[in-house]
Amino acid sequence: MRRYAPRLIAILYLVGILVGPLAVVVWRTFEKGVGPAWSALSDPQTIHAFELTLIITAVAVPVNTVFGVVCALAVVRRSLPGKGLLNAFVDLPLALSPVVVGLALYLLYGRNGWLGTWLENHGIRVLFALPSMVMATIFVSLPFVAREVVPILREIGDEQEQAARTLGAGSWQTFWRITLPSIRWAVVYGVILTTARSLGEYGAVAVVSGRLQGKTETATLRVQERYESLDVAGAYAISIALAAVAVLVLVTMTLVKPKEGGR
Amino acid sequence: MPVASSVAASARRAGAAGERAQTALSLGLVTSFLSVVVLLPMAALVWQSSAEGAHGFWAAVSAPQSVAALKLTLCASLAVAAINAVLGTLTAWVLERDDFPGKTVLNAIIDLPFALPTIVAGLTLLALYGPRSPIGVNLAFSRLSVVLALMFVTLPFVVRAVQPVLHALDREMEEAAACLGASRLAIFRHVTLPTVLPGILSGVALAFAKAVGEFGSLVIITGNVPYKTEVASVYVFGRIESGDPTGAAAVAVCLLVLSFAVLLSIGVVRRLATRHEYA
Repeated sequence: MRRYAPRLIAILYLVGILVGPLAVVVWRTFEKGVGPAWSALSDPQTIHAFELTLIITAVAVPVNTVFGVVCALAVVRRSLPGKGLLNAFVDLPLALSPVVVGLALYLLYGRNGWLGTWLENHGIRVLFALPSMVMATIFVSLPFVAREVVPILREIGDEQEQAARTLGAGSWQTFWRITLPSIRWAVVYGVILTTARSLGEYGAVAVVSGRLQGKTETATLRVQERYESLDVAGAYAISIALAAVAVLVLVTMTLVKPKEGGR
Repeated sequence: MPVASSVAASARRAGAAGERAQTALSLGLVTSFLSVVVLLPMAALVWQSSAEGAHGFWAAVSAPQSVAALKLTLCASLAVAAINAVLGTLTAWVLERDDFPGKTVLNAIIDLPFALPTIVAGLTLLALYGPRSPIGVNLAFSRLSVVLALMFVTLPFVVRAVQPVLHALDREMEEAAACLGASRLAIFRHVTLPTVLPGILSGVALAFAKAVGEFGSLVIITGNVPYKTEVASVYVFGRIESGDPTGAAAVAVCLLVLSFAVLLSIGVVRRLATRHEYA
């Protein structure tokens, strides 16, 4: 019996905290068949919320991918002053509360903020509108690509890149032909993580969006709105859709992982 | 090899000027992007927190409701970090050393809390541990619900930090200890644990940092009762909603300092760990 104790504890722990709750949500959502869940999802405001989430993700992911690769190259391949501080700032979004992120943007672009007043005078609305929501999402999903690419860049070294340079390749050519192919799976992995984080962002967006129904309400904000309007079935249906995306992310990650050689 | 490196070295010398220009360019790009996205908002936050002077800052932080929220955040996060240190390590050990049907599935779903939106996590927990619980356990709006939600969102950190170290650990050492008559617990304490300790520590630190800043999963299940289940993030959110940006910023700066401290200490743990490796 003592032999099986660790196994039993681990299974109970995972079932109690992860598998159990998820199973109950799935069961409650489809208790009365697929119909109610489907009609909850095809509500126009819910569709709008999903569209908004997709738009934000479609901007945040490419921006963070380019930044992540450039940042990783700078950190690994260049000797920079203040590298430690740079690392700390890149990692900050991992440890910082999303509400604090939202508040910082709220203060910067708000009515009396440093940039808010100027932008308002020029007719550009940032707060309680799409730009601030995109910025909040970029902030919280900033580190993922860089963090995946940095260790791979360290591992492959720069001998091939230098050989290419010696043979007359320009730095742009070296990047496309040599560096990018060897880090591509790390980039893909980072992009998947960035996408998952962007789709699921809640706290920062809750602060800067103003939660205007049908205007600045994303899918995650819609979950809370449905729950607070006592439409638990609707909240469950959207949750299941978001959870399905999360599972898809996990499956893709598992498929991508082995291609990096045991990582 | 020496030929290649000397050729590379001369190429490096030839391109040194261009190299410097590129260094400046990439540094410029990275820092200006970081400045706009991260530094500028953070500066605005710190600025606002001191808008009413040091006295105003202190008054906002030491308000009873704020103190209660910060205390709860710290205590719950410490508790969850401790739970993770034990159960996370145990889970990593079971996933790495044990074998049973369904293990691959369990291993795959460990990362789910990373991928699942936090608001969904909160709703999910409420389905099993809320008023409509099918097993009759109602933890909603209690302090235990705070711990539960934080356990959910921090689940992967320690497990995923310890697993690769356990995987790489030479099993011969453990087997040798077993041959010499050590019990399973003794082997774990004297052979396995010292090696995986840096992994556990950095996982625990990340879990702690995540727990301190958590918001989404707590909103629904804890009910945000002031002085009881209201954590610091939720308190900050409430201050914003009630039009007190200075009070919100003051508590937010406390969270910011805490996050930075944890990140820096993780850096120290990593450096210690690598030094240990090469010693």
